[in-house]
Amino acid sequence: MSVLVLVETDEGGAVEVSRETLAFVRGTDADVRALVVGEVSPELVEQLGSYGVREVLRADGEAFSSYAAAAWASAVVAAADGVPLVAAAGTPRGNEVLAHVACRLGVAMAANVVAVEGTDPLVVSRQVLGGSALEELPLPDAVAVLTVAGHACEPSTADEPAAPAVREVSVDVPAADLRARVVRTEPGEPDESGSLKSARVVVGAGRGAGSADGFKDLLELTELLDGAALGVSRVVTSLGWRPHHEQVGQTGSRVTPDLYVACGISGAIQHWAGMSTSKTILAINTDADAPMVTKAHYAVIGDLHEIVPAINEELRRRAG
Amino acid sequence: MANVLVCIKRVPDLGGEIRLTADAMGVDDSSLGHTVSPHEEAAVELAIQTAKDTGGEATVLTLGSEDAVEQLRNALALGCTGAVLVEADAAAYGPADVAAAVADVVRDHEAAGTSYDLVLVGNDASDTGDFQVGVRLSYLLDRPVVAGVSTLSVDGGEVTARGGSPDGGTEVYQVALPAVLTVMEGGVEPRYPSIPGRMKAKKIAIDRVTPTGEPQGSGRRRLTLPPAQPSQVTVLGEGPEAAGAVVDLLESLGVTR
Repeated sequence: MSVLVLVETDEGGAVEVSRETLAFVRGTDADVRALVVGEVSPELVEQLGSYGVREVLRADGEAFSSYAAAAWASAVVAAADGVPLVAAAGTPRGNEVLAHVACRLGVAMAANVVAVEGTDPLVVSRQVLGGSALEELPLPDAVAVLTVAGHACEPSTADEPAAPAVREVSVDVPAADLRARVVRTEPGEPDESGSLKSARVVVGAGRGAGSADGFKDLLELTELLDGAALGVSRVVTSLGWRPHHEQVGQTGSRVTPDLYVACGISGAIQHWAGMSTSKTILAINTDADAPMVTKAHYAVIGDLHEIVPAINEELRRRAG
Repeated sequence: MANVLVCIKRVPDLGGEIRLTADAMGVDDSSLGHTVSPHEEAAVELAIQTAKDTGGEATVLTLGSEDAVEQLRNALALGCTGAVLVEADAAAYGPADVAAAVADVVRDHEAAGTSYDLVLVGNDASDTGDFQVGVRLSYLLDRPVVAGVSTLSVDGGEVTARGGSPDGGTEVYQVALPAVLTVMEGGVEPRYPSIPGRMKAKKIAIDRVTPTGEPQGSGRRRLTLPPAQPSQVTVLGEGPEAAGAVVDLLESLGVTR
């Protein structure tokens, strides 16, 4: 069986979730083809080969000079050429492009797959309810279209690297594909969610912060810790206490820090979905029975407005 | 003037625990309140703003049981001026079925003289997370679609839509109307309903329609939950006296400066 994977790239080559997807589909079969939209450097080809990719398909040209999901879908359909499985990472791009592909092929699409439960017919498990539950879903269509959830598997390289051939895919992009196309990109604010997503420590704050003025001690704690950023629950952004780019959860950033300090956060599914993969969770909460406390590795029971200043003071004292 | 149709879905307002129904085909929501997905709250806000800015109408639509009238009334209280209930068992509808039912309403309303310049849906529902209803709808209506939109403005026959780009910036689209947009929260702050808004909402008649054709379903076999883990929490103490133990932990994790 052949598998086509839409691979997303940045300056560092194939992005991590795309490499995870390559590792994921390699488990179902060995013949993996990768489609890259845009430039394909020799380094990228070698990298894809290390993930077991046998052939790199490349779509390039004016129609791909700025992102248009429908044009990318035309490239995927052209590259798919009869393969029974088309996959991409469960990113905004991956989910969007493969939804177009599923429409064109007249088949179902399964988003955020984490496991293959059976192969005849193909049955997958996919994340629903923000990853808090799994749905078992058969994909009986002639072509199975799926996206792979982030961190569903390790981005491990193949035992035997392949030396993939590179082939240009000729894509006929109709004008209708370019009706919705990025006309320009505006740079983000330097301090927006990027630093939160890569932070070693996230100091999380929920309703317990109490008001828009309740974050001073929490922000000081992020200054006193190494590589720390503030993350907040949805209620905090809904109330307008902090900006949305600081939101962690199902509809905010997903973070996987070494340490998550959950201050005054009850641990609703919406928030848990965004930080449950943190290596260590320390909860500070007045309610010893809050889900966040019972699911955490460590907890302190009490009011964050008393405990966090005491932690800050102790950190300053020990730092001398 | 831009008329906007915004599609929402009644979903359980989950707390910290999920319980499944006995047949494991859904969430046991018997003891839960209900809401709409966060992205849809943003979509409703954008629909109301766009209608107000352009002198058009914002109509809210849902597919579901009579219970879903609660969510339609909420959207009316916020400022939508029309509501459509597609009466159906939402659990029996897969993403392609939902798109087909919405497309039928759009076509029927157009035939009756009301056309929608924009159809807004959430980027993904917080329960099923299918990530495809908006795209499927765009194919059925042969309209362009932009996914992941957080803000928009309509000028003449064109919508300018903005959403996040993979590198953390903002991508800008300019698309001729009519179009379908899938909305992600973060660009606008949803308003709260006013008392007069609630009073007005009670008087607006809900347009009830019955879908034609049988749904294919999503194909779901069952839901599973991860095995419940017994709490492994180590309580470091109570109140500010625990600060020493917390800092010991922070030092052992190597996260102090």
